[in-house]
Amino acid sequence: MKLLTHNLLSSHVRGLRPGGGFPLQIQASEVRVRPVPFNAAFVARLVPRLRWAALLEAAESLGHPSELPPEPAADYEGDESFLRRVHHILLEVEVLEGVLQCPDSGRRFPISRGIPNMLLSEEEA
Amino acid sequence: MKKLKLKELESCLQQVDTFESPKLLLEQYPTRPHIAACMLYTIHNTFDDIENKTIADLGCGCGMLSIGSAMLGAGLCVGFDIDADALEIFNSNIEDFELTNINMVQCDVCSLSDSMLETFDTVIMNPPFGTKHNKGMDMIFLKTALQMAKTAVYSLHKTSTRPHIQKKADEWEVKMEVIAELRYDLPASYKFHRKKSREPPLHLSRVAWLF
Repeated sequence: MKLLTHNLLSSHVRGLRPGGGFPLQIQASEVRVRPVPFNAAFVARLVPRLRWAALLEAAESLGHPSELPPEPAADYEGDESFLRRVHHILLEVEVLEGVLQCPDSGRRFPISRGIPNMLLSEEEA
Repeated sequence: MKKLKLKELESCLQQVDTFESPKLLLEQYPTRPHIAACMLYTIHNTFDDIENKTIADLGCGCGMLSIGSAMLGAGLCVGFDIDADALEIFNSNIEDFELTNINMVQCDVCSLSDSMLETFDTVIMNPPFGTKHNKGMDMIFLKTALQMAKTAVYSLHKTSTRPHIQKKADEWEVKMEVIAELRYDLPASYKFHRKKSREPPLHLSRVAWLF
Protein backbone atom coordinates (compact mmCIF):
# COMPACT_ATOMS: atom_id res chain seq x y z
CA MET A 1 0.00 0.00 0.00
CA LYS A 2 1.54 3.26 -1.11
CA LEU A 3 1.01 6.43 0.86
CA LEU A 4 -0.88 7.90 -2.09
CA THR A 5 -3.38 5.06 -1.79
CA HIS A 6 -3.52 5.63 1.97
CA ASN A 7 -4.28 9.31 1.33
CA LEU A 8 -7.34 8.29 -0.69
CA LEU A 9 -8.62 5.54 1.59
CA SER A 10 -11.35 5.93 4.21
CA SER A 11 -12.90 3.50 6.61
CA HIS A 12 -16.54 2.83 5.72
CA VAL A 13 -17.77 1.28 8.96
CA ARG A 14 -21.44 2.16 9.36
CA GLY A 15 -22.39 4.96 11.71
CA LEU A 16 -19.25 7.06 11.52
CA ARG A 17 -19.65 10.80 11.63
CA PRO A 18 -18.82 12.49 8.32
CA GLY A 19 -15.09 12.33 7.76
CA GLY A 20 -14.70 10.09 10.79
CA GLY A 21 -13.12 7.34 8.76
CA PHE A 22 -10.08 9.36 7.70
CA PRO A 23 -7.16 9.21 8.06
CA LEU A 24 -6.61 5.58 8.88
CA GLN A 25 -3.78 5.26 11.38
CA ILE A 26 -0.98 3.04 10.14
CA GLN A 27 0.87 0.53 12.30
CA ALA A 28 3.41 -1.02 9.95
CA SER A 29 5.48 -4.10 10.64
CA GLU A 30 7.08 -4.24 7.20
CA VAL A 31 7.80 -1.29 4.92
CA ARG A 32 9.50 -1.44 1.53
CA VAL A 33 11.10 1.38 -0.44
CA ARG A 34 11.24 0.76 -4.17
CA PRO A 35 12.07 3.17 -7.00
CA VAL A 36 9.22 4.31 -9.22
CA PRO A 37 9.85 6.40 -12.36
CA PHE A 38 9.39 10.09 -11.52
CA ASN A 39 6.58 11.85 -13.32
CA ALA A 40 6.64 15.57 -12.49
CA ALA A 41 3.37 16.37 -14.26
CA PHE A 42 1.47 13.70 -12.34
CA VAL A 43 2.88 14.74 -8.96
CA ALA A 44 2.22 18.44 -9.59
CA ARG A 45 -1.42 17.65 -10.41
CA LEU A 46 -1.79 15.69 -7.21
CA VAL A 47 -0.36 18.24 -4.79
CA PRO A 48 -3.45 20.47 -4.43
CA ARG A 49 -5.69 17.43 -3.94
CA LEU A 50 -3.68 15.65 -1.28
CA ARG A 51 -4.73 15.72 2.34
CA TRP A 52 -1.41 17.15 3.28
CA ALA A 53 -1.44 16.85 7.08
CA ALA A 54 -2.50 13.21 6.84
CA LEU A 55 0.33 12.54 4.40
CA LEU A 56 2.99 14.03 6.67
CA GLU A 57 1.58 12.16 9.66
CA ALA A 58 1.55 8.87 7.75
CA ALA A 59 5.15 9.31 6.59
CA GLU A 60 6.21 10.11 10.13
CA SER A 61 4.43 7.05 11.50
CA LEU A 62 6.39 4.84 9.12
CA GLY A 63 9.66 6.23 10.32
CA HIS A 64 10.09 8.01 6.98
CA PRO A 65 9.79 11.66 7.92
CA SER A 66 9.14 13.29 4.63
CA GLU A 67 11.21 16.50 4.90
CA LEU A 68 8.20 18.24 3.50
CA PRO A 69 6.94 21.64 4.70
CA PRO A 70 3.69 21.91 6.73
CA GLU A 71 2.03 23.27 3.56
CA PRO A 72 3.14 23.21 -0.08
CA ALA A 73 4.75 26.51 -1.10
CA ALA A 74 2.90 28.73 -3.60
CA ASP A 75 5.41 28.00 -6.36
CA TYR A 76 5.56 24.23 -5.82
CA GLU A 77 4.91 23.43 -9.49
CA GLY A 78 8.29 24.68 -10.58
CA ASP A 79 10.22 23.23 -7.66
CA GLU A 80 11.55 19.92 -8.93
CA SER A 81 13.33 19.02 -5.74
CA PHE A 82 10.08 19.46 -3.81
CA LEU A 83 8.13 17.41 -6.36
CA ARG A 84 10.71 14.64 -6.15
CA ARG A 85 10.35 14.49 -2.37
CA VAL A 86 6.56 14.33 -2.73
CA HIS A 87 6.93 11.61 -5.38
CA HIS A 88 9.18 9.60 -3.10
CA ILE A 89 6.86 9.66 -0.13
CA LEU A 90 3.67 9.09 -2.14
CA LEU A 91 4.80 6.32 -4.46
CA GLU A 92 8.09 4.77 -3.39
CA VAL A 93 7.37 3.94 0.25
CA GLU A 94 5.00 1.00 0.66
CA VAL A 95 3.50 -0.76 3.65
CA LEU A 96 3.68 -4.50 3.01
CA GLU A 97 2.52 -5.80 6.39
CA GLY A 98 0.71 -4.03 9.20
CA VAL A 99 -2.63 -2.70 10.32
CA LEU A 100 -4.83 0.28 9.47
CA GLN A 101 -6.97 1.62 12.30
CA CYS A 102 -10.20 3.55 11.78
CA PRO A 103 -9.87 6.76 13.81
CA ASP A 104 -13.51 6.91 14.97
CA SER A 105 -14.51 3.29 15.45
CA GLY A 106 -11.12 1.84 16.34
CA ARG A 107 -11.78 -1.00 13.91
CA ARG A 108 -8.52 -2.54 12.70
CA PHE A 109 -7.92 -3.64 9.11
CA PRO A 110 -4.94 -5.89 8.36
CA ILE A 111 -2.50 -5.20 5.53
CA SER A 112 -0.97 -8.31 4.05
CA ARG A 113 1.40 -8.45 1.05
CA GLY A 114 0.67 -4.79 0.48
CA ILE A 115 -3.10 -5.28 0.32
CA PRO A 116 -5.36 -3.72 2.98
CA ASN A 117 -8.33 -5.93 3.81
CA MET A 118 -11.27 -3.61 4.44
CA LEU A 119 -13.97 -6.28 4.45
CA LEU A 120 -16.61 -5.60 7.10
CA SER A 121 -18.93 -7.95 8.92
CA GLU A 122 -22.67 -7.63 8.25
CA GLU A 123 -23.28 -5.53 11.37
CA GLU A 124 -20.53 -3.11 10.50
CA ALA A 125 -21.42 -2.48 6.88
CA MET B 1 6.38 7.23 -22.08
CA LYS B 2 6.70 5.19 -25.26
CA LYS B 3 3.47 5.32 -27.25
CA LEU B 4 1.91 1.88 -27.14
CA LYS B 5 0.01 0.66 -30.20
CA LEU B 6 -3.34 -1.08 -29.80
CA LYS B 7 -1.99 -4.40 -31.05
CA GLU B 8 0.97 -4.20 -28.69
CA LEU B 9 -1.33 -3.47 -25.75
CA GLU B 10 -3.58 -6.39 -26.63
CA SER B 11 -0.61 -8.66 -27.01
CA CYS B 12 0.72 -7.69 -23.56
CA LEU B 13 -2.70 -8.21 -21.99
CA GLN B 14 -2.81 -11.73 -23.38
CA GLN B 15 -0.01 -12.50 -20.91
CA VAL B 16 -2.15 -11.55 -17.90
CA ASP B 17 -2.87 -14.60 -15.76
CA THR B 18 -6.55 -15.02 -14.99
CA PHE B 19 -8.79 -16.91 -12.56
CA GLU B 20 -7.78 -20.50 -11.93
CA SER B 21 -11.14 -21.54 -10.49
CA PRO B 22 -13.59 -18.72 -11.18
CA LYS B 23 -16.24 -18.28 -8.47
CA LEU B 24 -19.67 -18.51 -10.02
CA LEU B 25 -21.54 -16.46 -7.43
CA LEU B 26 -19.11 -13.58 -7.80
CA GLU B 27 -19.59 -13.69 -11.59
CA GLN B 28 -15.87 -14.00 -12.06
CA TYR B 29 -14.56 -14.02 -15.59
CA PRO B 30 -11.67 -12.10 -17.07
CA THR B 31 -12.22 -9.17 -19.38
CA ARG B 32 -10.99 -10.50 -22.72
CA PRO B 33 -7.65 -8.92 -23.74
CA HIS B 34 -9.11 -7.69 -27.02
CA ILE B 35 -12.05 -6.00 -25.28
CA ALA B 36 -9.81 -4.55 -22.56
CA ALA B 37 -7.32 -3.21 -25.10
CA CYS B 38 -9.99 -1.56 -27.30
CA MET B 39 -11.74 -0.11 -24.29
CA LEU B 40 -8.62 1.33 -22.69
CA TYR B 41 -7.26 2.62 -25.96
CA THR B 42 -10.46 4.58 -26.56
CA ILE B 43 -10.48 6.00 -23.04
CA HIS B 44 -6.85 7.07 -23.46
CA ASN B 45 -6.85 8.40 -27.03
CA THR B 46 -10.31 9.90 -27.34
CA PHE B 47 -10.83 11.17 -23.81
CA ASP B 48 -7.33 11.37 -22.31
CA ASP B 49 -8.61 9.93 -19.03
CA ILE B 50 -5.75 7.52 -18.31
CA GLU B 51 -2.29 9.07 -18.66
CA ASN B 52 -1.12 10.80 -15.48
CA LYS B 53 -4.46 10.18 -13.84
CA THR B 54 -5.47 8.32 -10.67
CA ILE B 55 -7.67 5.41 -11.65
CA ALA B 56 -9.92 3.07 -9.66
CA ASP B 57 -10.81 -0.35 -11.08
CA LEU B 58 -13.91 -1.60 -9.24
CA GLY B 59 -14.29 -5.37 -9.22
CA CYS B 60 -10.75 -5.62 -10.61
CA GLY B 61 -10.46 -9.41 -10.39
CA CYS B 62 -7.06 -10.45 -11.74
CA GLY B 63 -6.35 -6.89 -12.85
CA MET B 64 -6.75 -6.88 -16.63
CA LEU B 65 -8.06 -3.30 -16.81
CA SER B 66 -5.64 -1.94 -14.18
CA ILE B 67 -2.65 -3.50 -15.88
CA GLY B 68 -3.68 -2.10 -19.23
CA SER B 69 -4.19 1.35 -17.70
CA ALA B 70 -0.80 1.20 -16.05
CA MET B 71 0.77 0.37 -19.40
CA LEU B 72 -0.92 3.38 -20.97
CA GLY B 73 0.69 5.73 -18.45
CA ALA B 74 -1.74 5.99 -15.55
CA GLY B 75 -0.19 7.78 -12.58
CA LEU B 76 -1.66 5.24 -10.14
CA CYS B 77 -4.26 2.48 -10.54
CA VAL B 78 -5.99 1.05 -7.51
CA GLY B 79 -7.95 -2.16 -7.94
CA PHE B 80 -10.82 -3.00 -5.58
CA ASP B 81 -12.14 -6.55 -5.24
CA ILE B 82 -13.83 -8.71 -2.61
CA ASP B 83 -11.94 -11.92 -3.40
CA ALA B 84 -8.51 -12.62 -1.90
CA ASP B 85 -7.73 -15.36 -4.45
CA ALA B 86 -8.26 -13.01 -7.38
CA LEU B 87 -6.11 -10.34 -5.71
CA GLU B 88 -3.34 -12.86 -5.20
CA ILE B 89 -3.29 -13.55 -8.93
CA PHE B 90 -3.42 -9.80 -9.59
CA ASN B 91 -0.43 -9.30 -7.27
CA SER B 92 1.61 -11.93 -9.05
CA ASN B 93 0.67 -10.38 -12.42
CA ILE B 94 2.03 -7.04 -11.23
CA GLU B 95 5.29 -8.69 -10.26
CA ASP B 96 5.55 -10.49 -13.60
CA PHE B 97 4.97 -7.28 -15.52
CA GLU B 98 7.20 -5.30 -13.14
CA LEU B 99 4.63 -2.53 -12.86
CA THR B 100 5.22 -0.01 -10.09
CA ASN B 101 2.12 2.16 -10.36
CA ILE B 102 -0.57 -0.25 -9.15
CA ASN B 103 -2.07 -0.95 -5.72
CA MET B 104 -5.08 -2.94 -4.62
CA VAL B 105 -7.61 -3.03 -1.78
CA GLN B 106 -9.76 -5.92 -0.66
CA CYS B 107 -13.29 -4.76 0.14
CA ASP B 108 -16.93 -5.06 -0.79
CA VAL B 109 -17.51 -2.36 -3.41
CA CYS B 110 -21.20 -2.28 -2.47
CA SER B 111 -20.40 -0.98 1.01
CA LEU B 112 -18.00 1.77 -0.15
CA SER B 113 -20.88 4.12 -0.99
CA ASP B 114 -20.13 7.72 -0.01
CA SER B 115 -17.00 7.28 2.04
CA MET B 116 -14.61 8.11 -0.79
CA LEU B 117 -16.11 10.99 -2.69
CA GLU B 118 -14.22 12.13 -5.80
CA THR B 119 -11.04 10.40 -4.73
CA PHE B 120 -10.01 9.27 -8.24
CA ASP B 121 -9.85 11.07 -11.59
CA THR B 122 -11.32 8.13 -13.47
CA VAL B 123 -13.10 4.89 -12.65
CA ILE B 124 -12.81 2.05 -15.15
CA MET B 125 -14.71 -1.19 -14.64
CA ASN B 126 -16.26 -4.35 -15.93
CA PRO B 127 -18.78 -4.83 -13.11
CA PRO B 128 -20.73 -7.98 -12.24
CA PHE B 129 -23.95 -7.87 -14.25
CA GLY B 130 -26.26 -9.08 -11.50
CA THR B 131 -27.11 -12.42 -13.08
CA LYS B 132 -26.33 -14.66 -10.10
CA HIS B 133 -28.73 -13.91 -7.23
CA ASN B 134 -27.24 -10.45 -7.05
CA LYS B 135 -29.70 -8.50 -9.14
CA GLY B 136 -28.97 -4.80 -9.42
CA MET B 137 -25.29 -5.28 -8.70
CA ASP B 138 -24.18 -3.44 -11.83
CA MET B 139 -26.18 -0.37 -10.78
CA ILE B 140 -24.71 -0.38 -7.27
CA PHE B 141 -21.26 -0.50 -8.82
CA LEU B 142 -22.17 2.35 -11.16
CA LYS B 143 -23.52 4.50 -8.35
CA THR B 144 -20.41 3.94 -6.24
CA ALA B 145 -18.18 4.58 -9.22
CA LEU B 146 -19.89 7.92 -9.87
CA GLN B 147 -19.27 8.97 -6.29
CA MET B 148 -15.63 8.00 -6.43
CA ALA B 149 -14.80 9.59 -9.77
CA LYS B 150 -13.87 13.21 -10.29
CA THR B 151 -14.09 13.23 -14.07
CA ALA B 152 -15.74 10.14 -15.53
CA VAL B 153 -16.70 6.50 -15.15
CA TYR B 154 -16.14 3.98 -17.94
CA SER B 155 -18.19 0.85 -17.51
CA LEU B 156 -19.13 -2.22 -19.54
CA HIS B 157 -22.79 -3.21 -19.49
CA LYS B 158 -25.09 -5.56 -21.34
CA THR B 159 -26.72 -3.71 -24.21
CA SER B 160 -30.08 -5.17 -23.16
CA THR B 161 -29.89 -3.19 -19.91
CA ARG B 162 -29.21 0.10 -21.64
CA PRO B 163 -32.74 1.57 -21.30
CA HIS B 164 -32.76 0.75 -17.60
CA ILE B 165 -29.33 2.32 -17.07
CA GLN B 166 -30.33 5.38 -19.08
CA LYS B 167 -33.36 5.83 -16.82
CA LYS B 168 -31.11 5.68 -13.73
CA ALA B 169 -28.64 8.05 -15.32
CA ASP B 170 -31.44 10.59 -15.85
CA GLU B 171 -32.59 10.13 -12.24
CA TRP B 172 -29.08 10.71 -10.97
CA GLU B 173 -28.62 13.65 -13.36
CA VAL B 174 -25.58 12.23 -15.05
CA LYS B 175 -24.67 12.22 -18.71
CA MET B 176 -24.25 8.80 -20.23
CA GLU B 177 -22.70 8.24 -23.66
CA VAL B 178 -22.25 4.90 -25.28
CA ILE B 179 -18.78 5.07 -26.73
CA ALA B 180 -18.40 1.55 -28.10
CA GLU B 181 -20.39 -1.56 -28.85
CA LEU B 182 -18.59 -4.80 -28.21
CA ARG B 183 -19.42 -8.40 -28.64
CA TYR B 184 -17.42 -11.43 -27.68
CA ASP B 185 -17.63 -15.13 -27.09
CA LEU B 186 -16.88 -16.38 -23.61
CA PRO B 187 -15.16 -19.73 -23.73
CA ALA B 188 -16.73 -22.22 -21.36
CA SER B 189 -15.40 -20.97 -18.01
CA TYR B 190 -17.85 -22.83 -15.82
CA LYS B 191 -18.70 -26.52 -15.84
CA PHE B 192 -22.32 -25.95 -16.80
CA HIS B 193 -21.42 -24.26 -20.07
CA ARG B 194 -21.78 -27.14 -22.44
CA LYS B 195 -20.27 -25.32 -25.36
CA LYS B 196 -18.66 -21.99 -26.15
CA SER B 197 -21.16 -19.53 -24.87
CA ARG B 198 -22.28 -16.69 -27.12
CA GLU B 199 -22.61 -13.75 -24.80
CA PRO B 200 -25.11 -10.99 -25.47
CA PRO B 201 -23.68 -7.75 -26.87
CA LEU B 202 -22.07 -5.29 -24.50
CA HIS B 203 -21.53 -1.62 -24.68
CA LEU B 204 -18.96 0.64 -23.10
CA SER B 205 -20.46 3.71 -21.48
CA ARG B 206 -18.86 6.90 -20.38
CA VAL B 207 -20.83 8.34 -17.49
CA ALA B 208 -20.11 11.73 -16.02
CA TRP B 209 -21.84 14.28 -13.81
CA LEU B 210 -23.67 17.02 -15.64
CA PHE B 211 -22.16 20.33 -14.69
